[in-house]
Amino acid sequence: MVTIALTATLVILLVFGYLLVHQIADGILESKRSASVSEATTSLTRLQQQLRSTDLRAGSLYERLNQLADDAARQSGQYQVIIESPVSGLVSGGISVESVPPELAAKVAAGEGIWTQPTTVLYADPDRPHTPGIAVGSTLWAPGQNRGFPIYFIFPESDEAATLAMVQRVVISLGGLILLAMGLAIFLSTRQMSRPIRRASIAASRLAGGHLDERMPVRGTDDLARLATSMNGMAAELQRQINELENLSSLQQQFVSDVSHELRTPLTTVRMAADLLIDSRDDSDPDMVRAAELLHDELGRFETLLSDLLEISRFDAGAAVLALDPCDVSALVADEAEAARPLANSLETPLVVRAETEAIADVDARRIRRIIRNLIANALEHGESRPVEVTVAANDEAVAVTVRDHGIGFEPSQAEMVFVRFWRADPSRVRSVGGTGLGLAISLEDAHLHHGWLEAWGRPGRGAQFRLTLPRRADQPLSHSPLPGSPDESGVEVTTSTGARRLPIVAAATSRESR
Amino acid sequence: MTQANAESSGQRILVVDDDPALAEMLQLVLHKERFVTDWCSSGSRALDVFDRFKPDLILLDLMLPGRNGVDVCREVRRVSGVPIIMLTARSDTHDVVTGLEAGADDYVSKPFKSKELVARIRTRLRQPLEAADADLMSIGEVEIDVRAHQVRRAGQEIALTPLEFDLLVALARRPHDVFSRDSLLEEVWGYRHAADTRLVNVHVQRLRSKIERDPEHPSIVVTVRGVGYRAGIGDKEES
Repeated sequence: MVTIALTATLVILLVFGYLLVHQIADGILESKRSASVSEATTSLTRLQQQLRSTDLRAGSLYERLNQLADDAARQSGQYQVIIESPVSGLVSGGISVESVPPELAAKVAAGEGIWTQPTTVLYADPDRPHTPGIAVGSTLWAPGQNRGFPIYFIFPESDEAATLAMVQRVVISLGGLILLAMGLAIFLSTRQMSRPIRRASIAASRLAGGHLDERMPVRGTDDLARLATSMNGMAAELQRQINELENLSSLQQQFVSDVSHELRTPLTTVRMAADLLIDSRDDSDPDMVRAAELLHDELGRFETLLSDLLEISRFDAGAAVLALDPCDVSALVADEAEAARPLANSLETPLVVRAETEAIADVDARRIRRIIRNLIANALEHGESRPVEVTVAANDEAVAVTVRDHGIGFEPSQAEMVFVRFWRADPSRVRSVGGTGLGLAISLEDAHLHHGWLEAWGRPGRGAQFRLTLPRRADQPLSHSPLPGSPDESGVEVTTSTGARRLPIVAAATSRESR
Repeated sequence: MTQANAESSGQRILVVDDDPALAEMLQLVLHKERFVTDWCSSGSRALDVFDRFKPDLILLDLMLPGRNGVDVCREVRRVSGVPIIMLTARSDTHDVVTGLEAGADDYVSKPFKSKELVARIRTRLRQPLEAADADLMSIGEVEIDVRAHQVRRAGQEIALTPLEFDLLVALARRPHDVFSRDSLLEEVWGYRHAADTRLVNVHVQRLRSKIERDPEHPSIVVTVRGVGYRAGIGDKEES
């Protein structure tokens, strides 16, 4: 913007300056020329008369000519005279004969009349610099002899050249001054203009960044003030709507949380009552015994569901807080695998754990245990009694756990669906383990809370693999996982199916903030 | 209100909970376990009932009308080291940590199983850990008289709650071992499976504030980063 304005100014100044200088030069030179011609004409007439009245016998013609030329030049001082004789040029004022341009000489030789032509005045003294000038040429007729001598009046224009140079200097320096002033003015005015715009853009980006309280100062009554006013109006409206939504959703979350908590006290009482019934059951009435068992078991399910719901509502409310401690993830995995042994045995599923390496990371052990517990339970449930492998690996920046089963698996397109709350791959399938349908959703939230990844890989009939990747230090962003995301990459399982696309489905959003 | 179990010469438990059904159910279960119980439904009267009933252990609901459980906990701690187990519906919130910092020894989250609760109570009421080799132990300048249940630093007796005493003894018995939080939870709190490590963290802090000369730079209960704690042999904790 500034550049464009300055360039335009510069071009205009150059054009005008050139025209101005040119005009002045033309004017000066034109008047000089006409003055020179009339001067030369007058001088020529006088010379002619003097020559005519001269008694040629009193001296040689050349001497007379020489004297006349000198007199004429001395009289005016404005020009020098060169009279060309067959023998030599008669020169006055120490200028060189070469000051006469050959074209002019040709014209004078061709016929009568007065001719003018611009020329360069060369001085006899070679140290004196050349000056521009005007040459006026004509013919001087010698009396009686009927022969003409070409005569040239050389008008040096050194004064005019000096004037022109001064005009040029004045024009250039004036132009420079104007350019400088214009530049300054443009700079100041654009700054004046752009400051509120820049402020508006800063305000807008701060608004976008979530600082809903950001407002622009309104000054004056111009367009910029109107811009500020409407930006502020927009921000206020945005803030109002967001607050409304936030209030609604926090009300909702608060409600879910309150309901879950309010349910807990009566549930505790019922639970203890059921425990009491079970402990003091009378074996004589098998129906009563069974009823007490059902009550007990279903209460357990109810309880799990309730605590899962509560956990989810905590995540939704952004109330989940990490309690980070340096822990050996391998040890956590080994623990949870051990705890899952009875379930694995009851499902006759071999549970293989490869967690030899120490994998210390800053984690919330309770949450990591829960993720691993969920993943193992999930693998056992869907593993069709084929082996379930749990692997732990670590590198400098991350710790990874994969849980692989060879069971029913799922379509690659479902890799993100598995983390959806209450989602079931096959609604008709009977739940053997009786998860709540919230386990993986909670696990994903837990992983996000750690700025980690939880990814799913699956193929129908070939099983599934879940990979958990956690940064070793909480402030360290993850770039890659120490373990491959799908079993095809690892070389552990050589696939015969060439059609199996490698599809690293990342259901975990790495950039997600832990609110 | 007192429901003394005539058959029992058992220990006395005060239930402080505003939910009558739960309080009654709790007392039913506790009676079956041969405890003597009393019930107080509001926080503001809890201290009076405590003074009169002189319980061996308090079951304390965190959310109470009148005065909240954390305040009750703090006031009881001012006069007594009696074991306090909190009952809470919100185990994840800061309330639990606040309660632990106020001096509660342990907590159970609703809904809990009767067996779980009874196990927690029994752990807190058991006799202090028996020292394997010695009645007198020391860590740095702190001397522990296990039999007399006394702790002295430079001859000055320091009053510890039974739990803090157990924690200190657990560390002192194997002064060269590093205890993970989980192993301390098992040894001192009786948790066989992983439990809330905040219990350990908070109580180590409380213990340090009593026995360390400079709790900010502990020399007796030393943190081993990434593992847990160990008894310091008078050396400063590496930071």
